[in-house]
Amino acid sequence: MTRYQSDHGVHPPLAFDEYRSTRLRAPSAPLRVLPQTLTEVTGPLLGHGRVLASDADLTRQHPGEPLGERIIVHGRLLDGGGRPLRSSLVEVWQPNAGGRYAHDGDRHPAPLDPNFTGVGRCLTNDDGRYRFVTIRPGAYPWRNHDNAWRPSHIHFSLLGQAFAQRLITQMYFPGDPLFGQDPIFNSIRDPKLRERLVSRFDLEATVPEWALGYRFDVVLRGREGTPFEQPEDE
Amino acid sequence: MTPPPLTPSQTIGPFFGHALPFQDGPRAVAEGTPGAVWLRGRITDGAGDPVTDALIETWQAGPDGHFDHPDDPRGEAGGSGGEPGGGFRGFARCPTDADGGYAILTVKPGPVPMPDGVLQAPHLDMSIFARGLLQRLVTRVYFADEPQANDSDPVLRSIRDEAARATLLAQPGGDGYVFDIRLQGECETVFFVV
Repeated sequence: MTRYQSDHGVHPPLAFDEYRSTRLRAPSAPLRVLPQTLTEVTGPLLGHGRVLASDADLTRQHPGEPLGERIIVHGRLLDGGGRPLRSSLVEVWQPNAGGRYAHDGDRHPAPLDPNFTGVGRCLTNDDGRYRFVTIRPGAYPWRNHDNAWRPSHIHFSLLGQAFAQRLITQMYFPGDPLFGQDPIFNSIRDPKLRERLVSRFDLEATVPEWALGYRFDVVLRGREGTPFEQPEDE
Repeated sequence: MTPPPLTPSQTIGPFFGHALPFQDGPRAVAEGTPGAVWLRGRITDGAGDPVTDALIETWQAGPDGHFDHPDDPRGEAGGSGGEPGGGFRGFARCPTDADGGYAILTVKPGPVPMPDGVLQAPHLDMSIFARGLLQRLVTRVYFADEPQANDSDPVLRSIRDEAARATLLAQPGGDGYVFDIRLQGECETVFFVV
């Protein structure tokens, strides 16, 4: 039977006191080990017939163009064996250029942009590639600690191909001066692990006189016992 | 060349409600499907307060115990690639409401074997995402009205503390089953690493 590699040590701890919302939500008992059975190594293959090509361009979902710095965010969805995950659902959401989400609960006194919802989705292609056109999200304040600000980020949701691969994470931008004071980013204690969430500026993906490009690859748990696949040169 | 390193998790945050929920998300089966039941529950935190900004997802076998997935070697579940065209999707997604409540429409799954062939009791896998959860929580939903199957289920049997084991049993009631989730503290739900 298929088995997925361990992700032990990769994810941030559930209890991380500096991130205040963990205090009443992180379980106090240690997690138990669930053996991988067919329920865990299978999963929803969702998206066909639900995703339109236009869902990947967050700048064209309204009559006018949103304000802000237009960017291209692209990358590959791979597993830990280097294999592309094909036809897999990638969902993203983010605030607008002013740092405000088009969500009723967001009370940050920055303007909403009538031309920006900040929600996108796409299916990866046969190389595991995805590509979104969007606006660079603004930083925004939150109440975690005194003068707390979230670094600019885009939320990513990945279904993968199995329940064991399911992941929700955040993509950050290189060199953000707000990294040092953000407990969500720093809940990942190992700087090398944190770096995996920072996109890199990509001049090749940058479209002249139109939009800057950023590259962000996401790697989900791979199958055990299958040889590592060499990625193609790019 | 070394294999690519895995990507760490981050919290879903509080502001996903306009992005991830979709219209038929809470329905793993089409309405009117024979045997369809509602699985309902509330999520509360360590203070007993409702968690009003969580997202739950469930995944399960069909009534025949098969998965509509290429990695199930036993053939198809009569579904359609994870879509409800065949009446069964196996997957549901539901945000919690102002009372911490969620509800999904599904059918009780059939028995699924362990890798060694021993049959497991009917169960759903559930992921819970919320502000304050830096990684998803995973739990399993079993059915209290399957006492014989539950008694021989290897996962349930591995939990010796009866009160802890009871947190994994959905109780019959109303128009289906009730499965409440306590994130922290007294009667804390059993959570797993997969």
